[in-house]
Amino acid sequence: MEITVTVNNVEYHQDVEPRLLLVHLLRENLNLTGTHIGCDTTSCGACTVLLDGKSVKSCTILAVQANGKTVTTIEAVAGADGSLNPLQEGFHLHHGLHCGFCTPGMIMRATELLANNPDPTEEEIRWGISGNLCRCTGYNNIVSAILYAGAKIRGEALPSTEPVFV
Amino acid sequence: MIAQAFKYEAPVTLAEAIGLLQKYGEEAKILSGGHSLIPMMKLRFASPEYVIDINNIPGLSHITEEDGIMKIGALTRETDIEHSALLKKHFPIFADASKLIADPQVRNRGTIGGNLAHGDAANDHPAVMLALNATVIATGSGGNRSIPIDEFFFGFYQTALRHDEILTEIRIPVPPPRTGSAYHKLERKVGDYATAGVAVQLTENDQGICTAAGIGLTNVNPVPLRATRSQEALTGKPLTDGTIALAAQYAAEDCSPSSDLRGSEEYKRAMVAVLVKRMIHRAMERMRK
Repeated sequence: MEITVTVNNVEYHQDVEPRLLLVHLLRENLNLTGTHIGCDTTSCGACTVLLDGKSVKSCTILAVQANGKTVTTIEAVAGADGSLNPLQEGFHLHHGLHCGFCTPGMIMRATELLANNPDPTEEEIRWGISGNLCRCTGYNNIVSAILYAGAKIRGEALPSTEPVFV
Repeated sequence: MIAQAFKYEAPVTLAEAIGLLQKYGEEAKILSGGHSLIPMMKLRFASPEYVIDINNIPGLSHITEEDGIMKIGALTRETDIEHSALLKKHFPIFADASKLIADPQVRNRGTIGGNLAHGDAANDHPAVMLALNATVIATGSGGNRSIPIDEFFFGFYQTALRHDEILTEIRIPVPPPRTGSAYHKLERKVGDYATAGVAVQLTENDQGICTAAGIGLTNVNPVPLRATRSQEALTGKPLTDGTIALAAQYAAEDCSPSSDLRGSEEYKRAMVAVLVKRMIHRAMERMRK
């Protein structure tokens, strides 16, 4: 089936089988391997991308369902000059990643979270990333990173970047 | 995991979709949010020959109040149900339930119609619909058919929907003042299916007598269960520790949970009793606010 999908502001025309998953379209057809496949069962959130601005698990959406829609992946988050966006900066400064496998999904999920709620509480962040699993760093520094990004986007004083060890 | 090959259709009108269902018969499955169907297809528990995606059909996603009836379009996403101010006003139970369904990404896709039409007693909305006395609208070639929620669930993945019908709307009577509702499920981890879940809606009059009680149970019975004896224990009586304890006891006795990784049958019955009590109290707090 012929589909047209705009990914990271580039329009792609693809001829795909209906059973092709969106994550496979991104990774294999378009070579955008920043989106990861973790559990492949809608649990871990590593494959999270934005579909028309909403965070979704791309392992549970057919590529044909993205026909005519826009997709944003981790590759489009940094500035054209490679400068980090507030979330990336937060994950960097607050040690929000260790192995990094979950990070693209965490950042895409947090992107929608902050778009809907620019000043989330710690509890709202924890609920907000409840569909994303991290198996190494744990969540404290990820939450700190998102709090940092929120403050940066709002133009407020930035929280301390001392790592949190609990 | 890759699903077995299928033919994909994306109709843009309801009539077209129903025509495709008639043409393909039992070999077709409707794709709504897709977060039950696609995982099942990937695991090859389901291998439909035709997948009919209804996401491009306009007019199926809305939350409106009309003549004392709340109408929810079948394609309304869980996220929109969770955050609807109109639903919060009359039915705080929806925010309780939606927030506990899977996770934010899944709620961005999952729909209330799909949650019901899937016919899974582990899903959360069936118990809510039982408590609220909802009616399901099924649209077929002959027009709309109203199905009371008590006649909707038949068995494991079985509902009253015919193969050439589409669930298009849910209608719920807006209750009188002094009504409260609440839902909670016990879960092993966030986003899990319920170990046990309980939905309650109560109305009382000025004399403090309960005039209507709706109680639905999640995942403790082969089909979503209305706790009829529990409702009767409350209706026409004051809401006292005694009547509430009796309602809790009846629900625990009348459900039929199976022992599994989420807990033993005995444990689940005990949790049903606890949750019935708690949800009655929460509904009462909201009713009296």
